[in-house]
Amino acid sequence: MNDANYPEDLLYHAEHDWVRIDSAGEFATMGITWYAQDSLGEVVFFDAPEVGTMIAADDSYAEIESVKAVSEVIAPMSGEVIEVNSALEADAGVVNGDPYGEGWLVKVRLTAVEEKSGLMDSAAYEALLG
Amino acid sequence: MLAVVSADSLRTTALHSRHASLGGRLVPFAGWEMPVQYQGVMEEHRAVRTACGVFDVSHMGQVSVSGPQALELLQRLTSNDVSKVPVGGAQYGLLCTEDGGVLDDLFTYRLGEDSYLTVTNASNHATDFERFLSVGESFPGATVVDCADDYAMIAVQGPSARAIVAAAADEELPVRMTAGRLNVWGVGALICGTGYTGEDGVEILCDPSDAVTVWDALIEAGAVPCGLGARDTLRIEAGYHLYGNDLSVDRNPIEAGLGWACLEETGFIGCEVVAEARETGTPERLVGFQLTGPGVARSECSIVGGGTVSSGTFSPTFEVGLGMAYVPAALAVAGTAIEIDVRGKLRSAEVRDRPIYRKAD
Repeated sequence: MNDANYPEDLLYHAEHDWVRIDSAGEFATMGITWYAQDSLGEVVFFDAPEVGTMIAADDSYAEIESVKAVSEVIAPMSGEVIEVNSALEADAGVVNGDPYGEGWLVKVRLTAVEEKSGLMDSAAYEALLG
Repeated sequence: MLAVVSADSLRTTALHSRHASLGGRLVPFAGWEMPVQYQGVMEEHRAVRTACGVFDVSHMGQVSVSGPQALELLQRLTSNDVSKVPVGGAQYGLLCTEDGGVLDDLFTYRLGEDSYLTVTNASNHATDFERFLSVGESFPGATVVDCADDYAMIAVQGPSARAIVAAAADEELPVRMTAGRLNVWGVGALICGTGYTGEDGVEILCDPSDAVTVWDALIEAGAVPCGLGARDTLRIEAGYHLYGNDLSVDRNPIEAGLGWACLEETGFIGCEVVAEARETGTPERLVGFQLTGPGVARSECSIVGGGTVSSGTFSPTFEVGLGMAYVPAALAVAGTAIEIDVRGKLRSAEVRDRPIYRKAD
């Protein structure tokens, strides 16, 4: 497994989720942080929302199962799910190996881009982790 | 608000420093600080299924019963027929209430003519010992001693486990379901041919001051350190009960599928209720189940039509969700299709006989 890392081009939610917003502020990709996947242990199942689902910032929109436990995934921002990472059906463990890349969870059409002002940058998130 | 257990109120085993240095992730468990995993549950699980894993199970308790009435006391306390255990033998049994509910499940080893050692679950040890004492008042010829502090306990499990321990032993290892005193790595220990994983192996009980010597030698010999996480996934595949999940004071041994560990003729406490349950059957039965689609059903998930999951996990061996559940007798037939409510989503599953995992002979 890779070492702890928190890329600077992402924004972070205190429930250990990240979001990558496109330059137009229209679409975003979401996932869980290195800390989240490390705490969960080996991820075995991603119970994805359906495309078209409206998700709300700070609310749970999916579940991730590891061998040990199940965890809710919290939306860092609000929007409509336009794509889910179907590759995780075959191998959800990618979330452990590459949480910010191949292990992304959903792509969303943002409905309230101003919500990003309530999120943390990587330095603030790392400070939160202590 | 949840009660916060401060770290310094937790007990630690003689191997605590080793868990830390091997990268173990320590969690509170039954009043102890224990490793839930080292490198990962999957890897540890597979090590036990294919080679050899080692577990610190020193949190488990021990009670010694000795003297001319030792057998009589154990017959009264535990559900199985202790008179059938030869010197050097081991037996699984249950500690029941007068109502036939299960207080704990126990392994009892007969160490000498009138000398027995019973291994308890950490979470129940104090109440078990109280019960041994209180019931023991009617058996003055039996001496009951809490010796949990006298033993560290290390489980070595997997296809190559016995060979690794045998290579360091001064005598032949006791066979399955027997126990004997011998020296391993120069340390005097009680070696028991028992385990909780569905694999061959031994459990080593030794003085806590010798535990590090034994542990280090096992790691040096290639045994993979395993935590409570893998211990749980392994025992669920193998269909072994966990007290608090699959056993409780609200369930009797018959519905738990443990009628084989009860002999009512011995007159154990609770035998009347157990006899009646055996005669009339129980409304629910403990079965295995396996999901037929995606998802994982864990304990406390409800079953459509009645019943509850008592233990559930993702299975590292079969790569599917599986576990054990109490279901109505009508559903308790292998092959029956059931649906499990997993936080509002219905997951399809099939009833399986326990154990779901059986090692190849």
